[in-house]
Amino acid sequence: MKNEHGRFGEFGGQYIPETLMNEIHKLEEAYEYYKNDPEFTAELDKLMREYAGRPSLLYYAEKMTKDLGGAKIYLKREDLNHTGSHKINNVLGQVLLAKKMGKTRVIAETGAGQHGVATATAAALMDMECEIFMGEEDTKRQALNVFRMELLGAKVHAVKTGTKVLKDAVNEAMREWTSRVDDTLYVLGSVMGPHPFPTIVRDFQSVISKESRAQILEAEGRLPDAVVACVGGGSNAIGSFYEYIKDEGVALIGCEAAGRGVDTDENAATIANGSMGIFHGMKSLFCQDKYGQIAPVYSISAGLDYPGIGPEHAYLNEIGRASYVPITDEEAVSAFEYLSRTEGIIPAIESSHAVAHVMKIAPEMPKDSIIICTISGRGDKDVAAIARYRGVEIYE
Amino acid sequence: MSRIKDAFTDKKAFIAFLTAGDPDYETSLANFRAVIEAGADLIEIGIPFSDPIAEGPVIQEADIRALSSGMTTDRVFELAAELRRDYDIPMVFMTYANPVYHYGADVFFEKAAAAGVDGIIIPDCPFEERGEFAETAERHGIDLISMIAPTSEDRIKTIASDTKGFIYVVSSLGVTGVRNEITTDLSSILALIKEATDTPAAIGFGISKPEQAERMSKLADGVIVGSAMVRIVAEYGKDAPKHLAEYVKSMKAAI
Repeated sequence: MKNEHGRFGEFGGQYIPETLMNEIHKLEEAYEYYKNDPEFTAELDKLMREYAGRPSLLYYAEKMTKDLGGAKIYLKREDLNHTGSHKINNVLGQVLLAKKMGKTRVIAETGAGQHGVATATAAALMDMECEIFMGEEDTKRQALNVFRMELLGAKVHAVKTGTKVLKDAVNEAMREWTSRVDDTLYVLGSVMGPHPFPTIVRDFQSVISKESRAQILEAEGRLPDAVVACVGGGSNAIGSFYEYIKDEGVALIGCEAAGRGVDTDENAATIANGSMGIFHGMKSLFCQDKYGQIAPVYSISAGLDYPGIGPEHAYLNEIGRASYVPITDEEAVSAFEYLSRTEGIIPAIESSHAVAHVMKIAPEMPKDSIIICTISGRGDKDVAAIARYRGVEIYE
Repeated sequence: MSRIKDAFTDKKAFIAFLTAGDPDYETSLANFRAVIEAGADLIEIGIPFSDPIAEGPVIQEADIRALSSGMTTDRVFELAAELRRDYDIPMVFMTYANPVYHYGADVFFEKAAAAGVDGIIIPDCPFEERGEFAETAERHGIDLISMIAPTSEDRIKTIASDTKGFIYVVSSLGVTGVRNEITTDLSSILALIKEATDTPAAIGFGISKPEQAERMSKLADGVIVGSAMVRIVAEYGKDAPKHLAEYVKSMKAAI
């Protein structure tokens, strides 16, 4: 993918305060150096294998396949990684990079808490000070993850500004970074923000498609017809897509959060409803009003509750290489329940958006076709929220 | 020739920031009038943004108050035009990249120029991204003002070599807001700027007290005050104009 000066087509860029510019350049230089440094890559490989538990399984969901009666469905099990989601892939890379850069402290935003937990975990492992910014609303929706991060030694800040969700957590983390750059790296959790973050995060997450491509070739002797993943900022999706971008016969499908419906005011479907904008350091698509005020967005999933999308996704959408579909809360919750019952796998509510789309397309596809669906995280964290959605008043 | 130059001619400039529409259009207009009449040399009109990542809590809250009162970019153009009818003072907008970009930079700068605005500060548009707005702004006679931060180091000369209007020197790390102490070695930063350009440089971020303003004005060509003024707006509501006027006079006297 062409990426000159941090651009994907016209998307991307470095729209951040001057205070951060030298630091961003240092990060870019360090990354360009270490990504080719045999010692760094060996260390990271070891962490991925021995700590995160990679490679993750590519599991043939036979019961689901039979039940839906169409395409063969494979699940890429990122939920089985240490800390329970794909977030660890990026975090181990970035925290190791921070360490090499001589940083002693990492900060991060988190929505559902998965990236915060992963960052706190890597920080504990690599002896870094760690502070996590999380929207106050999300600290309530995902109270267990707050305590989990604290258990790992991180300090969690409940962000009370703005809409008190993920975008506000990013705002606060950026503000914090401008006030303390010398010893601190902002470990961004998705393929968003200013260059080089969209590229760094994509590279660390592309392990998902590197593995799945080899695994499916071994299992089936051919490439899949479609790869399906959920999209908030888009890190598990870009990781799931990346190695297949050159394989034109493989359909790449991102599933975004339609909340209560794309036609309602309560959704986070950026490709469906967004327009061009410049925010959080990047030019991309955003949910916003006609004056460019960023819109409050909504999804049952705290991890997809973001008004923008990574610049490389906006580009893949524009050139037609990937397509993006909206999935409602109701469809995602039904898929959450379906996969739990059918395969005994409880997916994260984020990942359930991808499962929901597979449930729609698999029956229409021939029996010899193949879908790979990324289960980006495990659903334990969502059980109480799903129960409440279904009218069962349980609390964590 | 840009009006901005006037603010720095034969004097140190006192630059006053307020968020347009905070807490509502009429009060905000009265506040700007009071500040101008009390002797401010240049005013910064903040176009409120939903997610101002370079602002501390004081200005964040002002943006929320303004947006909740129904302030829009079009209303800010009206406010600027009303001020321009009565005053010759140099005026610059301060806002973020998205309100300009999404409005359409060409139309935005055309309307800004028609309203009598002389320049614009966009804190999330660093040197590398100036190309996004610089040419369009220049075509409409709007100066795109550059910022230099304590971390700019080797970038100072590059940035200073391509500046318009004035240079906004960020006094401290972090976001806007009142600070008790400013520890950055500003005199070396200013020296580097002066080697590269004769564009005037003003210091902002964290300045609230006359003593600070006095010290900063010895280092630079002007002093920018935002949060301390916005705090007065928040505290006094409809009575803010007279308190703002007193404050501006005390700061002006100090520099």
